[in-house]
Amino acid sequence: MAVLTIRDALNEALREEILRDENVFVMGEEVAEYDGAYKVTRGLWKEFGDKRVVDTPITELGFAAVGVGAAMAGLRPVIEFMTWNFSILAADQIINHAAKMLYMSGGQFNVPIVFRGPNGSAYQVSSQHSQALEAFYANFPGLKVVMPSTAADAKGLLKASIRDNNPVVFLEQERMYGMKGEVPEGDDFIIPLGVADVKREGTDCTIVARSMTVPLALQAAEKIQAEYDVSVEVIDPRTIKPLDLDTIISSVKKTNRLVIAEESHYFASVGAEISHSVMEHAFDYLDAPVKRLSCAETPMPYAKNLETLALPDVDKIVAAVKEVCYL
Amino acid sequence: MPKAATVTKKTSTATKASANGNGKVTKGLDLVDVELAKKEFQARKTSQLAAIKKTDKGLLREMLYQMVLGRKFEEKCAEVYRMGKIGGFCHLYIGQEAIGVGTMMAIDKKDMVITSYRDHVQAMIKGISPESVMAELYGKEGGCVKGKGGSMHMFSKELEFYGGHGIVGGQIGVGTGMAYAAKYKGTDQVTLCFFGEAAVNQGIFHESLNMAQLWKLPCIYICENNQYGMGTSQKRAMSSRSIAKKAEAFEMANEFVDGMDVMAVRAATLRAIERARKDGSPTLLEIRAYRYMGHSMSDPGNYRTRDEILKYQERDPIVLFKESLKEAKVFGDKDFEKIEQEAIEATDAAVKFAEESPYPAESELFTDVLVA
Repeated sequence: MAVLTIRDALNEALREEILRDENVFVMGEEVAEYDGAYKVTRGLWKEFGDKRVVDTPITELGFAAVGVGAAMAGLRPVIEFMTWNFSILAADQIINHAAKMLYMSGGQFNVPIVFRGPNGSAYQVSSQHSQALEAFYANFPGLKVVMPSTAADAKGLLKASIRDNNPVVFLEQERMYGMKGEVPEGDDFIIPLGVADVKREGTDCTIVARSMTVPLALQAAEKIQAEYDVSVEVIDPRTIKPLDLDTIISSVKKTNRLVIAEESHYFASVGAEISHSVMEHAFDYLDAPVKRLSCAETPMPYAKNLETLALPDVDKIVAAVKEVCYL
Repeated sequence: MPKAATVTKKTSTATKASANGNGKVTKGLDLVDVELAKKEFQARKTSQLAAIKKTDKGLLREMLYQMVLGRKFEEKCAEVYRMGKIGGFCHLYIGQEAIGVGTMMAIDKKDMVITSYRDHVQAMIKGISPESVMAELYGKEGGCVKGKGGSMHMFSKELEFYGGHGIVGGQIGVGTGMAYAAKYKGTDQVTLCFFGEAAVNQGIFHESLNMAQLWKLPCIYICENNQYGMGTSQKRAMSSRSIAKKAEAFEMANEFVDGMDVMAVRAATLRAIERARKDGSPTLLEIRAYRYMGHSMSDPGNYRTRDEILKYQERDPIVLFKESLKEAKVFGDKDFEKIEQEAIEATDAAVKFAEESPYPAESELFTDVLVA
């Protein structure tokens, strides 16, 4: 297996899918000549040219709409948002158009499109560039929502998303683009949407984490194992919608304790949804109330110390596990 | 000089020529008094006569039939809406028939169409049966989208009808994407993308026209200027009067067309189609008409006077077209009666079908959310 950064794993997925299907093209701001704001599309324009890798004006609503119309007419666009924060300008096309088209056309027009880009916090980019939007998009029927946390998942899930016949919101993380991992070889390496992955097996407490909080949870698990001899299981749903509840419920039935760590805000979050489902399906198995760690309920501050304070980190996750284990 | 600038210059001339057929730009259609309206009606008829003589008789009959069907169908919609048969919003097309017919009967079957929520008549012109449009309005299983869309969301993939859309202006961007796909795949399909004049104030209009001209997309943007965005007149909502001229900011070809004159609409559309098929370039058509009814069935219309509506009815597109056809000796009163009768029968059959069609099965609630 090759060791790749998440950035390069995504790049490979795009390259392979462009080669595989003539209807796949990548469109967005700075994706072509500039090689991508975060270099996810590096080299693709040079290799495939203007038709398959398309620079757009700064016109998020406009190019999201072009993607939706092109997908209705038979293409498979991959639309890059330089950050998901900018997708809010295009939310009308994602939510009112892409998500509804199949239903309101009585099953006639599906929209095979991927909207992708970095989601969540980065490095002191402040209030308008640090939001995690998964709960927002996951709230609307008609959209799939995907969040990889490793290089292999990034590649396998992006390829599955491009081949999916529905609109997919694919949420990457800027801080994670440089993280390395083993990626299986071969053009047909696909990870099906809707299947969670147990990133670390354990018996005493479950942590459900996604995207940036997965590596944090894994570090926290090691620390707790070493310091308290508590065995933590880490589950990454990978796909927020559809959500693989079975894997989460089975784990909670085994460990009887649950911590949810997420980068998005606390109120009405995906964690709140998972917590509710666990209450519904595994109430009698819980030995402690479910603990949720989220971003502080404030816009993201700029100052480094305040930004750190706002976000989940290893120590906060360790403290949460201790709390549910009554340590 | 850049090529695009030349195109704009040329179309400015075309604008003048197309405005009333004698090189004089029509001024302020919304300012005419009844006498002037009558005079304009005469002038329009003269120009229609010439166009009619050059057009196939079968096509002329179909054009008139579709206009009359559109009128009768929408009148019936108003009637059954008041009886509580149709729920939700219901936006009628009465007064604007020449736009739908003049544009859509100039394209080929393979060409794509997308429009706003005022979509019943466009859907029928594209070939969706009056039965399945009416059944959709009734929220029945036999509707063209199985009762799941209603008045604002008629679709037919088979007939290249990409829907009625409910967010003002949203479909302008989607239509741009459809044209993008045609260019990408190398088909010679054109896209007709309809929207009202109030949608022009949305950002998506400007974002779309910029990309369409930048990338040379075969999209014909058709602004159906019925002069009111819901209850707010264009004068109260737009800093400039001409919508066609907004295209010049993008160096895009454009024309202003009298939307009461179906032959003028057709001629302008044919010019735009040629531009789209020949070098893939887009056009903005501002086609000015007037909606006789309220914005939707729930609109009492307090923002305008009865006189204003009557003034426009003096220039009614169907009456005008009939008189021209008669004067050109193509059709006579008996033909008109027959056409009207056919339209009434089609509308009645549509109502019967809708009445008899069952409501969707409860299991339909959860179908078509996602596709396999």
